[in-house]
Amino acid sequence: MEKRRKHSCKESERERRRQYPQFCSFLYRLLICVSYQFQHRKRLEREAKMLEIVRKKFTSVAFYVPSIQRIRPTFRNYSSAAKQMTVREALNSAIDEEMSADPKVFLIGEEVGEYQGAYKVSKGLLEKYGPERVVDTPITEAGFTGIGCGAAYYGLKPIVEFMTFNFAMQAIDHIINSAAKMNYMSAGQIPVPIVFRGPNGAAAGVAAQHSQCYAAWYGSCPGLKVLSPYSSEDNRGLLKAAIRDPDPVVFLENELLYGQSFPVSEEVLDSNFFLPIGKAKIERDGTDVTVTAYSRMVGHALEAAEILAKEGISAEIINLRSIRPLDRATINASVRKTNRLVTVEEGLPQHGVGAEICASVIEESFEYLDAPVERIAGADVPMPYAPNLERMAVPQIEDIVRAAKRACYRAGPSSSG
Amino acid sequence: MFTAQLSKNASRCAALLRPLKASLTSQLGRPFSSSVADDTTSLTIETSVPFISSVIDPPSRSAETTPKELLSFFRSMAVMRRMEIAAGSLHEAKLIREFCHLYVGQEAIAVGMEAAITRNDNLITSYRDHCIYLARSGELVAAFAEMIGRKDGCSGGKSGSMHFYKKDGGFYGGHGIVDAQIPLGCGLAFAQKYLKEDNVTFTLYGDGTANQGQWFEALNMAELWDLPAVFVCENNHYGMGTADRRATKSTAYYKRGDYVPGLKILFIKATVHPRLITLS
Repeated sequence: MEKRRKHSCKESERERRRQYPQFCSFLYRLLICVSYQFQHRKRLEREAKMLEIVRKKFTSVAFYVPSIQRIRPTFRNYSSAAKQMTVREALNSAIDEEMSADPKVFLIGEEVGEYQGAYKVSKGLLEKYGPERVVDTPITEAGFTGIGCGAAYYGLKPIVEFMTFNFAMQAIDHIINSAAKMNYMSAGQIPVPIVFRGPNGAAAGVAAQHSQCYAAWYGSCPGLKVLSPYSSEDNRGLLKAAIRDPDPVVFLENELLYGQSFPVSEEVLDSNFFLPIGKAKIERDGTDVTVTAYSRMVGHALEAAEILAKEGISAEIINLRSIRPLDRATINASVRKTNRLVTVEEGLPQHGVGAEICASVIEESFEYLDAPVERIAGADVPMPYAPNLERMAVPQIEDIVRAAKRACYRAGPSSSG
Repeated sequence: MFTAQLSKNASRCAALLRPLKASLTSQLGRPFSSSVADDTTSLTIETSVPFISSVIDPPSRSAETTPKELLSFFRSMAVMRRMEIAAGSLHEAKLIREFCHLYVGQEAIAVGMEAAITRNDNLITSYRDHCIYLARSGELVAAFAEMIGRKDGCSGGKSGSMHFYKKDGGFYGGHGIVDAQIPLGCGLAFAQKYLKEDNVTFTLYGDGTANQGQWFEALNMAELWDLPAVFVCENNHYGMGTADRRATKSTAYYKRGDYVPGLKILFIKATVHPRLITLS
């Protein structure tokens, strides 16, 4: 139907031409407003992200001990990770910075001084701080661990290094009875701000007496905090948090990760950077199955996730970081999202970390599980020496892939398990 | 040196001590006159048994003291003895559960040591710690409350007879694992040296403990790093229930340190007046 024109043809033309620029300018102004809104929103998001990081820094710092005056918000650009850092460098820099910040921190252990560290983790520290603060000991774990605990009773902050945690079994009485339980037994009179650190778990070809993983043993002891980092960021942030913590902390490193490089951002390189104890990290988001891991197994799990992604299974990888306290909230939230769980650990299966995670998920999120929990752990044998047997005794990437497929009911009749 | 603590429990303390005064008075046949208690005239007393030493010259057998000091020693030891006897009765009545290790007969060690050291020196011992706690300015009622498991105890009732602590009095416990206290004591001495403090740590242990591995490890490191640590062996000739000659090849415990050159050892038998000589 033809629109009835109010004016005559010529007049309406003139009218429309008059209105046209106003309409155009209106459109133009509208476009500009929309684009400003868009840019403003991006800026707001960026600022919100920075504020979030600053807020996290301030709130989590409040839990730690007093040298907070030097905390300052860093408004740097977090978008790109420029530098590569090995785990060894991360640990060395963390110890170095904490020793320079607090004169009560000292390092004690075998070969930490003149030998520059059994694995060169304490390289350069003796030259920098002197033999009073970097103390070489005889091969007497029980003795020097007790000495470290006694020094901590008096208010110093020792970092006790074990060549491996297998040797810490000689000193485990002091770790548990003299350190972990002291704050409780003395009704708070004697806190023990000590860190026990060293490589844990299997190395390569060191056989039965040098390959055990102690995460589950220490993880069951009240009074201890137990950390197991993976990347350089984890190692640096968690060791700094451990040294500042007023409670005894068992810091389980991994010998095979010492030489591995990881990208680190500017924030990680800051001298006040640390990570909260008791929080897990979701290394990779996924929707189909949750895979929990700690230490070296996180790397295996990430590679398994790549393989699974090609087959259409989206795996969510959780890096536990903290064995005690265990981040049950993150694990359960993830399982409630994916409905399937695979736990991966290098340690022995019975009474292991995976068993505790499984129990926690069953207690809190049983209705959300669509499949039984799959548990991948080391074989229930003393670690063999021959390379083919050793390979079979430690979880491999294929084991994680198979377990994830089993959890997703994708295991075909031809595959074993 | 050890006096009844004037605290909110003062009246309870006084009540505990009242029968003690009465019985002593009747045995002595005369009341304690204030003149003896305040008498500060100097006395010289010679020990009844000579000192035996290894690698060090034994100290002189005579010691200077005053009647006032002697009376305070006696009072402290008497209180400790009465406390331990009462603890023994409570243990038999099952009011003190499980472990109760008594210091009967060893009071002189605690009292004598305390006479020569200060609050800034540290002291650490095994589980036989009731009287050491008292000597380090601990409260009598807090000790009993801890043994029975009440919240007024020195460790809040959470630890029991074996774990008395008083950090502000320089007393670090109270350790149930035999021989754990020796490396811990060396650690306290290490910290004192690290912080450049002019004080010493005394580590008490028993003859049974002297056979444990950690003792040798700690002794080696203490001498290697020249730590201000003094090790005191309270030899009651029994390790748990086993006589020392059945558990130890060489019962001359004071010669154990001979393998560590530079270590100085003093063997003090129980004397009438056990006064610790400061080793240089």
